[in-house]
Amino acid sequence: MRQIRGLTVLSLLLISVMVAPAGWAGAAKSKLEIFSWWTAGGEAEGLAGMFTVYKKLYPNVDIVNATVAGGAGTNAKAVLATRLTGGDPPDSFQVHAGLEVQKYDPAKYLEPLDGLFTSAGWDKVFPSGLLTLLRYQGHYWSVPVNIHRANVMWYSKKVFTDNKLTPPKTFDEWFKVADALKAKGIVPFVLGDKEGWEAGHAFEAVLIGTLGADGYRGLWTGKTQWTDAKVTQALNTFKRMLTYTNSDHAALTWDGAGQYLIDNKGAMQIMGDWQNGWFQSKNYSGYGWASPPGNAGVFDALSDSFSLPKGAKDRENAMNWLKVAGSKAGQEAFNPKKGSICARTDCTQSLFNAYLQSAAQDWKSNALVPSVIHGAAAIESWATKYKDALALFVTSGDVAKTQADLQQACKGAGVCK
Amino acid sequence: MTQNATPTRVAPALAARAVRRGGRGPTADRLISLLLIAPSLIVIAVFVYGFIGFTAFASLTKWNALAPDFSWVGLQNYAQLFSTIRFQIDLRNTVTFTVLFLVVCLSLGFTLAVLLDQRIRGEGLFRSVFLFPLALSFIVTGVVWRWMLNPGSVQLGSTGVNLLLEKVGLGFLKSGWYTDPRIGIKAVVIAATWQMSGYVMAMYVAGLRGIPEELREAALVDGASSFQVYRHIIVPLLNPITLGAMIILGHISLKIFDLVVAMTGPGPGFSSDVPAFFMFETTFRGNNFAQGAGIALILLVMVAVLIVPYLVYSLRTETQR
Amino acid sequence: MTVRPLPWLRPVLYALLVGLAILYLLPVYVLVVTSMKSFAEVNLYRMWDWPARFSLESFVHAWAGSETQGFRGLSHNFWNSVRLGVPATLLSALLGSLNGYVLSKWKFRAADTLFALLLFGMFIPYQSILIPLVQVLRRIGLYGSILGLIFTHVVYGIPITTLIFRNYYATVPGELVEAAKIDGAGILGIYRYVVFPISLPAFAVVMIWQFTSIWNDFLFGVIITPRPAVQPIMVALNNLAGSYIVEWNVQMAGALLAALPTVLVYVVLGRYFMRGLLAGSLKG
Repeated sequence: MRQIRGLTVLSLLLISVMVAPAGWAGAAKSKLEIFSWWTAGGEAEGLAGMFTVYKKLYPNVDIVNATVAGGAGTNAKAVLATRLTGGDPPDSFQVHAGLEVQKYDPAKYLEPLDGLFTSAGWDKVFPSGLLTLLRYQGHYWSVPVNIHRANVMWYSKKVFTDNKLTPPKTFDEWFKVADALKAKGIVPFVLGDKEGWEAGHAFEAVLIGTLGADGYRGLWTGKTQWTDAKVTQALNTFKRMLTYTNSDHAALTWDGAGQYLIDNKGAMQIMGDWQNGWFQSKNYSGYGWASPPGNAGVFDALSDSFSLPKGAKDRENAMNWLKVAGSKAGQEAFNPKKGSICARTDCTQSLFNAYLQSAAQDWKSNALVPSVIHGAAAIESWATKYKDALALFVTSGDVAKTQADLQQACKGAGVCK
Repeated sequence: MTQNATPTRVAPALAARAVRRGGRGPTADRLISLLLIAPSLIVIAVFVYGFIGFTAFASLTKWNALAPDFSWVGLQNYAQLFSTIRFQIDLRNTVTFTVLFLVVCLSLGFTLAVLLDQRIRGEGLFRSVFLFPLALSFIVTGVVWRWMLNPGSVQLGSTGVNLLLEKVGLGFLKSGWYTDPRIGIKAVVIAATWQMSGYVMAMYVAGLRGIPEELREAALVDGASSFQVYRHIIVPLLNPITLGAMIILGHISLKIFDLVVAMTGPGPGFSSDVPAFFMFETTFRGNNFAQGAGIALILLVMVAVLIVPYLVYSLRTETQR
Repeated sequence: MTVRPLPWLRPVLYALLVGLAILYLLPVYVLVVTSMKSFAEVNLYRMWDWPARFSLESFVHAWAGSETQGFRGLSHNFWNSVRLGVPATLLSALLGSLNGYVLSKWKFRAADTLFALLLFGMFIPYQSILIPLVQVLRRIGLYGSILGLIFTHVVYGIPITTLIFRNYYATVPGELVEAAKIDGAGILGIYRYVVFPISLPAFAVVMIWQFTSIWNDFLFGVIITPRPAVQPIMVALNNLAGSYIVEWNVQMAGALLAALPTVLVYVVLGRYFMRGLLAGSLKG
């Protein structure tokens, strides 16, 4: 009896303790809730940098940094799906520029930003290749903050100089270099594909190298058929490349695999330029970069951007956020830390390190192609099928079946007939 | 059990209350009993069965975008699922994992319980060591075992468990663990067993303590060896516990998700992929809500096949008691 | 217990136990040692190495966060989990106790079927009901708050808590209840004066089990409370990992910090857990 009374009192006390703060939410600062999966490292720092810029302009706004990590964004996407369909959208959320926006049903859940683009003059300051990427169903749905390059071949300078080799420019050269290195017990092709997308990422570069920029672009628009002989050739090339990787690739994520280069036990890794940020955080500077074989002059792009959901609670704050995201100050605060280059073409280059400066140059002059693994080239369901097919390919090596699956995926997305 | 309040001590208090209340009759009690469980029943009806119904319905539609599209497609999603290689591998993985996990975890838990039952010193300490992994989240377990079972590489040398095996001269036991597509999900069994064997052990310790001394003594007096005592008397007596543990472990293994996500991901060639993970990815990454719902239903059916016979059996044996 | 049916050599027994204990503690060693290294030193291939330089910085980072590196620490979410776990556990146990009491001592014709229907709720895969769950919670105004999380955990805890209590009360002799009825007590009175006082072992098992599973939950936490200020600790722990970059030493330190309460519960209260099991609450 005393126990019951005690327990009841205790429970009521506890319930009142937690209800109380919720009720007292009031104190008038207006809010801005930004949703992303940038939870650590350079990305979080970059985001914090943009917050600082925003706060200087709008000091009375309370920024809520709502992040969800894990699963390369899958956890965050789960939360977003429940929030958007549940009628509780964040004020702005991170989305890859490109066809990935399709998954959020823009017509229903997002606001078009065409007016903002014109009034902010962004159509003059973003390269046209990027603007093409951003357009979906005739509208702009998000503001790009950065550009990442996916097709970079990072290599260990020491390994190359020690073995008197130069970074290969063609696939034939690549295999000669790989053979030489393999004989010395060094991993020629470093890969870490635990998260399932890295194989598909590397294969993009092989596709570009085999089909060229136009051929690659055509794969996503239906102009190039997946049953094309060049795709078969690309698959065979990739299959051969996979015989030169580290045996533990399935246990490592891309950054874990990067350790091979740092330890001078591995030679080349095809990965996006966020690898640059990771090398820096590990105090490693002995790396060089080059285009993967056949990729010279082609920039495989992806971009992070911010959108405006319909029904955002603090719409004005959100619009201001988008303006900051697209501004010179905002992008200069964000990109050096994140390890990417500005989407704008007028950022101050001295803020960036050597690699990023060279990337910015390439961005202006190279042919631009969209990355599929990172949401630019295809709708997400197609991108997922592509990713899964390649992940399976790494173990199965079945060229015919994989090619058939890729063609099927294209059909399923309604692009191929 | 000495904890039972003796009826005589309690009766006066109860009687006094009954008098004060004016003696409520049995029908009022019947009503109160229903009122007491009504909230639970209502809530479960909505949050379990209502949702199952919704999921079943969704699996028969064409819902594959954020905005629901409930146009009817019948069993098409299921047909598509069963012809997807990834799902076929998932089902195979689930069966492998469940069988292996049950066998290993039950055996290990039983062994630990028997060892702890031997009246040893420091029993509390040993029990804590074996029991504490139960306190951890599957995410924490997954992160640690991802490192432990990382095989290392030909180029950089072994690491984790492989390194230890080398150091103690058992190098021939090295393997690729979860990076080897032939092993895949079996490596996850190790982590899951480490986490859950303490629970099995605790159940068996409780069960063993409940076996009367006389039974064992009588058997030993009759000339049975201790092994025979275990095999023919003790193990059969523990059957209810074995069954109960199988049910709990079985349903955990069918739904396994966090551990796989944190430890191996889908693995090479999807060798450690599981339906729950596929469901999560296809629903929230591929936006294929209908397909995700289909996987959920299949999972539910698998669980039902495991649980329902047990429930029927256990409730029937109870009424016999 | 005086008879030892396995008269092995005691040393062999102890050796076996100690060996197994060491094996079980290996992962803990890795956790602890890694969390005491600095980021530059953390290396997959040297995981067994003792730290060259002991540093508690990863614990500090994990707890307090790092403004410069832009991640939040676990401290705030730790208290969220406490405010979630304690009430949810208590409510959940109370509810299970009442349910178990009614379903075992006040049986009516449909009691067993209803119990089976209740129990089945334990087995649904939670990923599959997230969308309808959020929509219902929004409609009743519980979405996005700790109260909503408490509600969810209590709801989905009903099956297991009812199971444990019902099995436990099944071992309580019916005569006790009958005697009290004869003395004129009603259903609530019997609960309060007869059944509840002897329920301690079952409460111990249920509360330990529920607290652990609620504390360790990730899925409901991340979906029902998307705002970081109210998220429970496992969600925050998962966020210590970046989308591309993971600081292993901070993550391991964070994992240790997050696991501390439940580990303490099992270590300190483990014997009550065992006693509860002994008292028959989880027998089949």
